[in-house]
Amino acid sequence: MSQQLIKDVTQEFIRNDIPEFRPGDTLEVGIKIKEGNRERIQIFEGLCIKRQGGGVSETFTVRKISYGVGVEKTFLVHSPVIDKINVVRRGKVRRANLGYIRGLSAKQSRIKEKR
Amino acid sequence: MAKGILGRKVGMTQVFDENGKMIPVTVISVEPNVVLQKKTVETDGYSSVQLGFMEKRAKLVNKPLTAHFEKANTTPKRYIKEIRLQGMEEYEVGQEVKCDIFTAGDYVDVTGTSKGKGYQGVIKRHNQKTGPNAHGSKYHRGVGSMGVIAPNRIRKGKNMPGRMGHETVTVQNLVVVRADSDKNVLLVKGNVPGPSKSLVIIKNAFKKQN
Repeated sequence: MSQQLIKDVTQEFIRNDIPEFRPGDTLEVGIKIKEGNRERIQIFEGLCIKRQGGGVSETFTVRKISYGVGVEKTFLVHSPVIDKINVVRRGKVRRANLGYIRGLSAKQSRIKEKR
Repeated sequence: MAKGILGRKVGMTQVFDENGKMIPVTVISVEPNVVLQKKTVETDGYSSVQLGFMEKRAKLVNKPLTAHFEKANTTPKRYIKEIRLQGMEEYEVGQEVKCDIFTAGDYVDVTGTSKGKGYQGVIKRHNQKTGPNAHGSKYHRGVGSMGVIAPNRIRKGKNMPGRMGHETVTVQNLVVVRADSDKNVLLVKGNVPGPSKSLVIIKNAFKKQN
């Protein structure tokens, strides 16, 4: 009963416009950034390496190599800061958490496309 | 105006504010409270308002209490608590108190009974430092010195191991994020003492005025 109440309270924040995506997919995440009065959208593209939690608290982590340095960003799936999520490529992986990919070379960390 | 209400901690979750910032909130279920009795300086020597909260089967209530509930013209309640604040005179016996007495942005103090931790040592219970774990040290998590030799006894109030937790704790100056009188739910920013399903008392903040 109590879990139901928590669901009811957070229901209005759950977004329905988020596409289905899994770890191993390559994503384009549009992030709303406020600069003074102006708002612009920054694209962060990379590999989704994990999804964590449930309900309104669910998060996902996107990893990309920027100028030779690995960069990871964790977002809340239902955050209003996210403009949109675009699934560029669906990857075929056998793990829910792709943490192992951090230690691999660029060649080894390639992920096959799902068909 | 002084305000107070009884509620039940449901658990924690998070919501988003208008800027898209995530706010951690505690969900408190605040079913309508009923004023059971008003105590005044003339009759009782002090002034307070007695609130009843949550339904209870009539079979579980003894006769004197049944009569007490009948006086306020209400069904039996599980929790009965007095709230003593300045300026609570406008409450009437039998009146319902709902969570709409608070609005978003109000500062509140929340009182609850903290989670029991059982028998704990001084490291956890009194935040004392541990000894070194290695380099030949044989002193790791001990109590330490019992104090100076001179009085030939242990001074009163010496921090020692013992039962920890399960005590009344008040967290001050929490912000009400939302007061939903349809669902009878209060969202308070931050955490609140006690396990979920425990009774909490929400009053307007003592130190911080709105």
